[in-house]
Amino acid sequence: MAITDPPKIVTARIGHDDSHTLGRYLATGGYDGLRKALTMTPEAVAAEVDAASLLGRGGAGFPAGRKWSMLRKAPVTYLVVNGDESEPATFKDHLLVERDPHQLVEGVVIAAYALQVSQVFIFLRGEFALGLERVQAALNDAYAHGAVGRDIFGSGFSVDVVVHPGAGAYICGEETALLESLEGKRGFPRIKPPFFPAAIGLYGDPTVVNNVETMSNLPWILLNGGAAFAALGGGRSTGTRLFALAGHVNNPGVYELEMVTTTFNDLINAPVLGGGIPHGRGLKAFIPGGVSAPWFGPDQIDLPLGQDEVAEAGSMLGSGSVVVMDDHTCAVRAAWRITKFFSRESCGQCTPCREGSGWLERIMERIERGQGREEDLDLLLDACDNIAPGLTWPPQQTTICVLGPSIPSSISSAITMFRDEFLVHIKEGGCPYE
Amino acid sequence: MTEPTPLAPPRRAALAPAAPSHLSADMVARARQLIELYPEPRSALIPLCHLAQEQDGWLTPEAMVDIAGLVGVTPTEVLGTASFYDMLHTEPVGKYVVAVCTNIACLLGGAAELLEHAEDSLGIGAGGTTPDGTVTLEEAECLADCDRAPCVQVNHRYVGAQTPESFDRLVGELRSGARDADIPPHGTLIRVRRANGLAVDAAEVARERAAAADERAAREAATAPADGGGA
Repeated sequence: MAITDPPKIVTARIGHDDSHTLGRYLATGGYDGLRKALTMTPEAVAAEVDAASLLGRGGAGFPAGRKWSMLRKAPVTYLVVNGDESEPATFKDHLLVERDPHQLVEGVVIAAYALQVSQVFIFLRGEFALGLERVQAALNDAYAHGAVGRDIFGSGFSVDVVVHPGAGAYICGEETALLESLEGKRGFPRIKPPFFPAAIGLYGDPTVVNNVETMSNLPWILLNGGAAFAALGGGRSTGTRLFALAGHVNNPGVYELEMVTTTFNDLINAPVLGGGIPHGRGLKAFIPGGVSAPWFGPDQIDLPLGQDEVAEAGSMLGSGSVVVMDDHTCAVRAAWRITKFFSRESCGQCTPCREGSGWLERIMERIERGQGREEDLDLLLDACDNIAPGLTWPPQQTTICVLGPSIPSSISSAITMFRDEFLVHIKEGGCPYE
Repeated sequence: MTEPTPLAPPRRAALAPAAPSHLSADMVARARQLIELYPEPRSALIPLCHLAQEQDGWLTPEAMVDIAGLVGVTPTEVLGTASFYDMLHTEPVGKYVVAVCTNIACLLGGAAELLEHAEDSLGIGAGGTTPDGTVTLEEAECLADCDRAPCVQVNHRYVGAQTPESFDRLVGELRSGARDADIPPHGTLIRVRRANGLAVDAAEVARERAAAADERAAREAATAPADGGGA
């Protein structure tokens, strides 16, 4: 029973009304992981995270330990926490920053110690007004408690942590765009290489960028050991992970589940989790990892919640958000709305993304509104192919960042899985679901 | 022969930032504290835009001139940056910016119908402001509250899933001032102030950064090709 058995690593306190306060945090083992870390060498702390095989929880799933080890060869100047959670239907970091901000702060200071940086920026999306206030209040209390700032817990290690509000732009979740934004500029992703900010990051200095959930795992890993974390899950997907379940389910919400041993079927249908689809309807499709991910159908529901397992099946676990569509959902409308999102959020630097997203959105809109033509299906796929040649998974790159090649996922999924539905829209001159 | 009348003030004078004249003394003091938190002043540009919106409700041209002077860029650069971001309004908005998410999870939860109702009931389209200046309605992208779909935020505060009926009640409460305690006027983003100054001395950080830069330069010099690279 992997559904309920695994320890709650990042959501242990969430059930308490005062889970965001220092009092509750200290009463439940808060800052003990940091105290332990400070008795170890920075290298030993980093080795513990390596042993946990903690994959980054932001979307790309890059091992946090490896990200750090790229930098241990040279002094790191900045640690930046990516809390710009904007991938549609992803709302796990929202929970963590509002409900357990001290856990984030503790994780951040542990990481800063391992990397020996003296300056951290926590970048939170501006729409998290309450989260920004909660994290700032937690930092104020943590400074007063001696857990952040100068000479932390008498260890001689000092670090300053600044909360930085974003201002509303999906692209700032892309780490180089985030750094540009943090430098006070438009959120334009930087040209690669360099592929990682490890070499040239904030103000051109070596920088580590890690996600909020990744940081929030560190206190537990330090207290319980990397091996205990790695013992959970399976394969490369170790530990637990937060899954944000939304759409047509009885109990949408954020669930902390053991990786791999739990399946999409468990998440969507188990009574203690998603609780199944409302109104006795059937499953039409689900998106396994944010709207950049290709869709899955009912026959893939028994896939395990593991990074490699989902990738092998042709999609991605991505940001850990699962969107369920029941059999009364219009696939054309769903894919149109996702395309409209990309069209609005394209930063405009690269032609395939900027122009492609606009064209795709307009073609999708006319099909949904009943003005489509039969040749539109080929036109859509052709335009998709211009953005991500070959329509492979993972997609080919034609643009500076991965936003562009993510655009075709929903359209090509919808056409592949529900081609007849497009044809009905075109032949009947309207949406059959309206 | 008389001196020709200068057509424009000397260039140096035109570029020298004037003292802030639009932002209040309190706002300027807060702005200077924010600038101190960053190694480069320009990093405070977006936080300062939020401050200006706290004072005026939106980002006025006068405030952008002040911000430019404070962080050492031109007013055009402030506008050029601010115009990229959805939360920074370079046109006036209502006291309450009501954002209705219609992205995929909310769409499945009836957001398109909710937005249509909101437009009808407020008598404005998405992007518009009611004539009394109370409400600006926005069609938003995902706001990360998808288990309470359709998701609505008022001035970036979550107000939970809304039905057409509850939406009308919400607007009534906004108009009557019943939500004043939990929803400040548009522009006020973070009401919790940082209690501490820079905990780690800026000079100390600068020294560390310089040392890191020296080390990097030494490394690059060691790995650079011996000559300029031929042709």
